[in-house]
This record gives sequence, C-alpha cells and structure tokens, in this order.
Amino acid sequence: MTAYLVRRTLQSVVLLWIVSVAVFVLIHTAPGGAAVLQNPDLSRDQIAQFRANLGLDAPLPVQYVRWLHGVLRGDFGRSYNTVEPVARLVETRLPNTLLLTGIALGLAVLLAIPLGVASATHRNTPIDRLVAVLSFLGISTPVFWLGIVLIVVCSVQFRILPAGGMYQIGEPFSVGDRVRHLLMPVFVLMTANLAEVTRYTRSAMIDALGEDYVRTARAKGLPGPAVLFRHALRNALIPVITIVGVYLPRAVSATAITETVFSWPGMGQLALQSAATRDYPVVLGTTLAIAVFAVAGSLLTDLAYGYADPRIRLG
Amino acid sequence: MAAMQAVSRTRVSEVAPRQFWRHVAWRRFCANWGAVVAAVFLLVMYATAAGGPLLSRYSPNAVDIANTNAAPSAEHWLGTDESGRDVLARLIAGARTTMTVGLIAMIIAIVIGALVGSLAGYCGGWIDSVLMRFTDGMMAIPYFFLVLVAVAALGPSFHNIVVMIGLISWMVVARIVRGEVLRYRGVDFVLAAQAIGAKPARVLARHILPQAGPVLIVAATFGVANAILLESALSYLGLGIQPPQASWGNMLSNAQAYVWENPRLPIYPGVLILCTVLAYNFLGDALRDALDPRYREGNM
Repeated sequence: MTAYLVRRTLQSVVLLWIVSVAVFVLIHTAPGGAAVLQNPDLSRDQIAQFRANLGLDAPLPVQYVRWLHGVLRGDFGRSYNTVEPVARLVETRLPNTLLLTGIALGLAVLLAIPLGVASATHRNTPIDRLVAVLSFLGISTPVFWLGIVLIVVCSVQFRILPAGGMYQIGEPFSVGDRVRHLLMPVFVLMTANLAEVTRYTRSAMIDALGEDYVRTARAKGLPGPAVLFRHALRNALIPVITIVGVYLPRAVSATAITETVFSWPGMGQLALQSAATRDYPVVLGTTLAIAVFAVAGSLLTDLAYGYADPRIRLG
Repeated sequence: MAAMQAVSRTRVSEVAPRQFWRHVAWRRFCANWGAVVAAVFLLVMYATAAGGPLLSRYSPNAVDIANTNAAPSAEHWLGTDESGRDVLARLIAGARTTMTVGLIAMIIAIVIGALVGSLAGYCGGWIDSVLMRFTDGMMAIPYFFLVLVAVAALGPSFHNIVVMIGLISWMVVARIVRGEVLRYRGVDFVLAAQAIGAKPARVLARHILPQAGPVLIVAATFGVANAILLESALSYLGLGIQPPQASWGNMLSNAQAYVWENPRLPIYPGVLILCTVLAYNFLGDALRDALDPRYREGNM
C-alpha cells in the first residue's frame, strides 16, 4: 500500500512537471508576448528595460529553471498586470472555487445516485425514459448557455436573483446574500455534472442487479430495499467512483466556464483572464494549482476504489 | 427481439453475413424514431451550412446602425442584433463554422486515436505501456486549460481551434482501438494473414481496423458532439472563432453583453447548439445499439 502510494505520488509529480514544462514552453514561444509589453505608449528602450526586469531576456531554459527554483521555495512570481504575488492571488480565489464546486458536485452526486438507482430498478418504464431524456438533455446543453438563460429569466425578466458576482457591493456580509449569489452558478454546475453520473450509476446498478449475489440475497428472503442498497448499490458504486475520477478534468472546465458566466471570482476566471492577457506567471500558477487538484482528485478516487472494493489490490 | 436473436445465431451459415448484418443494423436503426429524427435534423443543418449565403438576403456581417436590436419582422425573421446585423443570416453563417469545426476536429481525433491505439495494441510491450501511460496522462490533465493556454499562445485562428480540439479529443478513440486490436490480434484470420507474409501495416489496415469500424463510427458520432460543445465554449470565452466571423458560441458571448437591451438574442444560437449536440448524441446512442454487438441487449 505504502509502495503504491509512493509510486502514484511520484507519477503525479512527474505528470505535473510535464504539464508545467508544456505550459511554460507554449506561452513563452507565443508570438507577441505578454500584453503589458504591448502598450503603445512605451518606447523601445522602456520595453527592453521591462523585459530585462521581468527576466524575459534570458534564454528559455534559464527562465524555466529560475521559475522552477522559485516554485520549489514557494515563490510563484508576481502578476505582470497587478504586481501581486501569484500565490496570494491563488490563495484569495481558491476558497471561492472550492465553495462553488464543492456544493455543486456534492449535490450532483447526491441527486445522481437515487436517480440512477430509480432508473435501473424501473428499467424501460416511463420513469427510466424520463431520466434518460433528461440526462441526454443534460449532456447536450452548453454550460454557458444554461447560465445565460437563467440570467435572462431570473435577473433580466423577473429580477429576483443577482446576475453575477459573489456579494452585493457596499453591503455587509450576510449568509442570505451569499446564498442568493450562489443559487444560479451552483444549479448550472450541478446540472453539468448530474447527467453523466446518473447514466453511469444506472448502468452499474443494472450490472449489479444481474449478479448472483443479488439473486442469493433475494432467495434467502431479504426485503427489497436491503437487497437494493446493501448488496446491489454498494457494488454498483465502485465503477461510479472511477467514473467520477475520470470525469474530474471535465468538471474543472465546466467550473471555469460557470465562473466566467456569473463573474464568480474563482480560479477558473483568474486562469481565463490571465491567459487572455498573457500574464505568464499567473497562467503558470493557476494552471499548476488546477492540475494539482485534478491529479490529487484522481489519486483519491483510485484510493477510494481500493477501499470500496477489497478485491482490488493496489500495487 | 427473441426472433432477431434466433436469427443472429444462424449467422455463421448465412451466405452473405456482412450484407445480412447491414440489413439488421439498418432495421434496428430505423426502428428508433428518435434517431431518425436526429439524422434528418443533422442533414438539414448540413444542407443549411452548405447552402449558406444562398439562403439569406442579408450578409451575416452587414451592419445597420439605424436598425439595432429589432424585433422579429417580415424583413428580419429573427430580428437584428446589437449592430443591426440580421440574426438569421448570422445563424446560417454560424452553422457553417460550427458544423465544419465539429467534423474536421473529429477526423483529426480519429486519425490520431487510431494510430496511437493500433500501434499500442499491435506492438505491445514497452511501446504499449509508454503510449498508454501518455494517453492516461492526457486524460488526467484538465485539457480545457491546455487548449486555453495553446489558443492564447498560438492565437485563435480557425484552423488553430480545429487542430487544438482534435489534439485533445483522441484519447478515448485510442483506448477503443487498442482494445479492438488486442481482441483480434490472436484471431485465426489475422494469424492466417500474418502466415502468408502480410506486413503489420497491411494486417492492421485490411484485417483488424475494419473490425473496429462500427465502434469507431459510434465514437466519431459522440466525438462531433463534444467538438461542437468545446468549440462553442471556446468561442463564447473569446478564445475560439473571432468576430466578425459568426459562430454560435461567439454569438452567445455578444448576446450576453447585450442581454439587458435584447433578451431574445441568446435564445437562438443556444437552442441550435443544444439541438445539434442532442441530435449527435441520439444518433451515437442509436448507432451503438444498431452496430455494436456488446450493446445489443439494450442495457446501456
């Protein structure tokens, strides 16, 4: 087990390192360069001075080693645009993203499992068909469009919910205000993840219900719900856990888009803005932070997998 | 269903099994009316994309400052946008962009996926493990950010977008193809082909990959759906197709900016994206039921 953990962690570190190299090379070889250097008011000498100050005149490998050296000591550099340290930017944005994603993903799983189970136990009935149609709609709806439609309905037409942001400017913090700002983004993000998990729960549940141990449990006279939840569902959840792991990278993109639609001040929005202005240190910092979470997530799901199913020996 | 299974057991003795299967697959497909509707809808969309400029009196980029945010009327069936451009004309132009991106990106993904998958499956050994670890790695990265960084770096031109989407969508195809290659690698007709001295490339191309055809068609159908969603998301974020060229995604990002003045604007492109992606997903599902023997029992 320990050996497995060590190996997986090492693999993850290598993966993250490759991501950092890829991102670094990509953004630095881009024609044009950082947006701050595009300012037409600057003279050629001033731009050269800026480049030298930012260390951009050194050869690429040297720049990378300098950056990596900083990262290993916890220094991710400063934003070109706002001169704030990247670490502090990430620190202020990360909790907002975790709040939004945590609630949305939690709700999605809590809803998807009963839906999937109901759909599997009522196979080929109207309930099953309804769930199937809804999940088809769910995977086919563009996340951002659902957000815009909600804004049109709830904010423009009925004016009951704020169109974006995280709090009402100029008002003291209150839980009610935060919840009002959270409602639409959480709903959008939840919908984006709900359909996929429901579909996998359904098919895993159908497989489990066809197994011998379910027949045995029924034959020895266990009540229906006990068979369903204690025997079938526990086994069905194993493949569902893997799918959630595989699915994490996609959930990250949905989060970034949702944050942009609702101007939610999170990591995704920060990454998008910095990519648009080519704020290199911020692009690197945010991409790396997001990659760390995605990789850690997939490691955790693998561990959960081994925990849920003792037959699987991690090693 | 029972009758069909009885027939399928006699398949071996059929004179022309391939033709027979095509017939069965076609019948299964047509029995699924949702899929037929989806196919017809997609045909109409492609016809619209091909017909393009012929279908509208207005140029998609013609600005009319005197007539902005107009309501639907006899002149402008769906009204005009914030610059007085005809919404219908822009939707038609957007159809051309979006449908093309979806198709080409999918073809790129299939080609890369088939190459990686068949190399890994056929060669085995360390080539297999390196290629598959690479595929897993690609799947573990939040690919959206790779695209984002790449587009920010290389610039959001039409073919950069198409290539980028293709480059991040091949992993599922690679896994499917590898699985199929492994399945058929030791089968008699492949061994026979190898025994008479066929080169690996020929064995793969003529004997193994055609077996993977049905599975690939299904993967390709879902692939187009994903590519279209990805393109519209990127264009919405301003990192995809650049205005004034219309794409359904960038029409939505304009629409959101003017949502207070003209709340009708976001409806049309969104509904079109939704319907197109939905049609592709329906089609993929129906094709899987019709073509892939492992889903014949209808348990997915």
